[in-house]
Amino acid sequence: MDETISIVLFSGTDDKLNAAAVLAAGAAALGRPVKIFLQYWALDAFRADRIEADHGLAPEAGEAGRVAVEAAKKAGQAHWAATLRMAKELGEVDIQACSASLEILKIKKEDLDPLVDGVEGVAAFYINAGEGQIIFI
Amino acid sequence: MSNLDIKVRVDASGLSCPMPILKAAQAMKSIQTGELVEIVATDPGSVKDFDAWAKSTGNALVEQDANAGKFRFVLRHK
Repeated sequence: MDETISIVLFSGTDDKLNAAAVLAAGAAALGRPVKIFLQYWALDAFRADRIEADHGLAPEAGEAGRVAVEAAKKAGQAHWAATLRMAKELGEVDIQACSASLEILKIKKEDLDPLVDGVEGVAAFYINAGEGQIIFI
Repeated sequence: MSNLDIKVRVDASGLSCPMPILKAAQAMKSIQTGELVEIVATDPGSVKDFDAWAKSTGNALVEQDANAGKFRFVLRHK
């Protein structure tokens, strides 16, 4: 199985980014090429100076969700950025910033964490996704 | 316990999915064809995960057992 998995990251909260990092890392461990396309708030979360900051949780988490996530963090659950770094070491994981989102949020490529490999538009994203599955988070 | 000649041992106890699989894949990269890696995990998803991972990557799952909430897997590098 070597089909490419493409993951579009839109949300910038830590729970969604963590879920996406788990999906990406699992695919990389199986030897499947992974393409990640960062849009809007997910892109904002990849700013080098605040990638490790608290990005909050999705609204559906609620107070009980926050307590559960905090407990998992204290128990040693890896940060999503660390999971992605490990996935990149293990397999073929390519992370691209959406050029339109960069412009809207006034972010420069240099402001982003080195996890981000480059900048591309939506046409390049679709061409690279090929016939493989696309996941949107 | 068996008398297998384990090359690398990985303790992934307490780590949640997908860390046990990632650590196994990492260990696999450090050994040669035919050599063995042993992973211990507590993640209840690891049983199905290691089965799927072995099938998909072609590395053989040569031993597997569960004891007091700990799952142990021995994989042979393809």
